[in-house]
Amino acid sequence: MQFIRSHVLVCGGTGCMSSGSRQVQANLEGEIARRGLGGEVRVVQTGCHGFCEMGPLVIIYPEGVFYVSVKAEDVPEIVENHLYKGRIVERLLYREPLSQERIPSYDEINFYKKQRRVILKNCGRINPDDINEYIAAGGYEALGKALTLMTPAAVVEEVKKSGLRGRGGAGFPTGMKWQFARQSPGEKKYIVCNADEGDPGAFMDRSVLEGDPHRIIEGMAVCGYAIGADEGYIYVRAEYPLAIKRLRTAIAQAEEMGFLGKDIFGSGFAFSLHIKEGAGAFVCGEETALLQSIEGKRGMPRPRPPFPAVSGLWGKPTNINNVETFANILPIIVDGGEKYAEIGTEKSKGTKIFALTGKINNTGLAEVPMGIAMREIIYDIGGGIVGGKKFKAVQIGGPSGGCLPEEMLDLTIDYDSLTAAGAMMGSGGLVVMDETTCMVDVAKFFLTFTQSESCGKCTPCREGTKRMLEILTRITDGEGRDGDIALLEDLARGIKQTALCGLGQTAPNPVLSTLKYFRHEYEAHIKDHVCPAGACANLTGYTITDGCRGCGMCKKACPVGAIAGEIKQRHTINHSVCIKCGACESQCPFKAIRKGA
Amino acid sequence: MKSLEELKKLREKLQSDTKLRAADGIKVIVGMGTCGIAAGAREVMAALMDEVKKRGVAGVAFQQTGCIGMCDKEVLVDIISPGGPRITYGNVRPSDAGRLVAEHVVNGQIVKDLVVAKSV
Ligand SMILES: Cc1cc2nc3c(=O)[nH]c(=O)nc-3n(C[C@H](O)[C@H](O)[C@H](O)COP(=O)(O)O)c2cc1C
Ligand code: SF4
Ligand code: SF4
Ligand code: FES
Ligand code: FES
Repeated sequence: MQFIRSHVLVCGGTGCMSSGSRQVQANLEGEIARRGLGGEVRVVQTGCHGFCEMGPLVIIYPEGVFYVSVKAEDVPEIVENHLYKGRIVERLLYREPLSQERIPSYDEINFYKKQRRVILKNCGRINPDDINEYIAAGGYEALGKALTLMTPAAVVEEVKKSGLRGRGGAGFPTGMKWQFARQSPGEKKYIVCNADEGDPGAFMDRSVLEGDPHRIIEGMAVCGYAIGADEGYIYVRAEYPLAIKRLRTAIAQAEEMGFLGKDIFGSGFAFSLHIKEGAGAFVCGEETALLQSIEGKRGMPRPRPPFPAVSGLWGKPTNINNVETFANILPIIVDGGEKYAEIGTEKSKGTKIFALTGKINNTGLAEVPMGIAMREIIYDIGGGIVGGKKFKAVQIGGPSGGCLPEEMLDLTIDYDSLTAAGAMMGSGGLVVMDETTCMVDVAKFFLTFTQSESCGKCTPCREGTKRMLEILTRITDGEGRDGDIALLEDLARGIKQTALCGLGQTAPNPVLSTLKYFRHEYEAHIKDHVCPAGACANLTGYTITDGCRGCGMCKKACPVGAIAGEIKQRHTINHSVCIKCGACESQCPFKAIRKGA
Repeated sequence: MKSLEELKKLREKLQSDTKLRAADGIKVIVGMGTCGIAAGAREVMAALMDEVKKRGVAGVAFQQTGCIGMCDKEVLVDIISPGGPRITYGNVRPSDAGRLVAEHVVNGQIVKDLVVAKSV
């Protein structure tokens, strides 16, 4: 007789797959069978846990032991020691970056402990290819409740009460959007899920689709019922093959069990879903361009109004929401809008998933309540800056967002506080930068992205971003001119005010926010011809710091006589003479010379 | 799917399968040190699992542990009810599985003649 006493969860998200989880899983299955444990231990493939950097991840229940960076060769030891003898394999446990302590279980790791996983609750805990696991975790209750116990108007009301705002970037109140689409006259309406996810570094939507696809199907079906639509499209980036595969499986299972199709829950409501693979352009994430793309046309934004709620897909009223927005519907319907609104700030409710990257110890996905301080995300969850370096800035909101300096670390984040600070929630990308990052270079990086993704339809965006990029390039090349900063600001203002779509309207944000908080770095590049962070190749000057005791070794070492100073007095470098050879730095016995200004 | 009731019933049935990931049920811990294995710990665990399965008890978590220094009393089995003390049974044989499951796991009654230790 079979009794399953242990589940071995192997992460099968994109990140872990690329670091070899497929082989780990195959070896686990083989080794378990070989030791005769096949009847009592089950291997389950899950979606992403948001900790991909530590992958492949293996979690063993009932103990809940969390193994990281597991290699195929580690498998025999795990099976022998853990599964057969019940001994934890210490060396594969996660090690806390600051304390170096080994932590055995999921819930005790700082990275997870400080999170509030509502939307990601199932991600990494259930098998996304098995609808039964979703149902066991409470799935499809929202749909059942909406269809059998609530009127469409009551569903909209509940979403309004929750205070949910669109997670796709702009933060428009979801309940209002649903109401507009509901009130729009028309027999035929559509629901669209925006899974184009084009922001560099963002992967929360992918993780939800890969790890918990039924949640999106359920959210869309509830929306369909609320506004009176019987058909929906999920527009997914073609670069997300695994998400597409899992969605197809999930849709087929939902149809088979009657969560999609005709007469769902015996209510007479019918709903069907299609997948449309994206065309690969960032601008296709913009809603009007996205709708064009679904219709088979070239994905280019068009002026609004009319808004999609009035005239969307094939001219019919259409409600379009982001993946994460739809993922929030389940708790709102099951527990009620008021309960949902208990988390968050006055005007931003619920949780938000951030993609942490850059120079921090723990990179990955972090779901946190709105209103959390930036510092908590970066230091408590993110584990601080890599290599003990100094924090410099955090770029938040991707190419539409901005950079915030250290003084803003205690800012509590929600849609409005971020916009007021000159950044943006965007899709929730969070890139942490240390002292070695040049802020002009960062602005250039993001503008390079938006400039090359501009669809070219409108002049301010097409030409304006090009001119701005030219100026940034010459500044980082050391050829900045007087007046460049004013020119940048002028162009930025013009583009923001006149560009047609959100891409152009927000493209100058990274430049404006770095000008706001790191203006001195621009000035140093232009006036002093130095890059204070020591990052721009043409401008990496050397400076003599307070540590100088005036020994004169550097003066002797300098081949071009760029260093001046009296004995026992602090020395200085004449930057117009210095050829940046670095000889002085290596000669200083007090390490008082460093790269950068 | 025809009603919310039907969904809820299905969910309950399916939950017995994923419940062991929730870690809130009763725990049965079998000593798998070298001497435990030599004394037949694997067979005892198999018998216990069989018994749990036969009776359809949901949410029982089986774990193993290493040597705890009572090697002469192997096979050792600990049973911990949620919030309750840890009862250690010694000299357990596969034939004791029925009693341990029926009396302790299902009914919460300690099987006195097999107990060797109790701790919180
Ligand atoms: C250039 C550009 C790219 C966008 N990319 C995305 C995207 O990848 N995913 C997304 O959900 N929204 C994206 N948006 C926002 C959408 O236009 C739209 O506002 C959003 O899908 C609405 O959903 P929400 O109300 O749930 O946030 C983008 C907007 C612009 C201007
Ligand atoms: S070698 Fe260092 S301490 Fe000595 S003079 Fe140069 S900078 Fe100052
Ligand atoms: S970097 Fe080279 S040229 Fe410049 S001050 Fe130092 S030694 Fe002189
Ligand atoms: S893919 Fe495994 S944690 Fe993200
Ligand atoms: S392409 Fe969108 S504003 Fe120009």
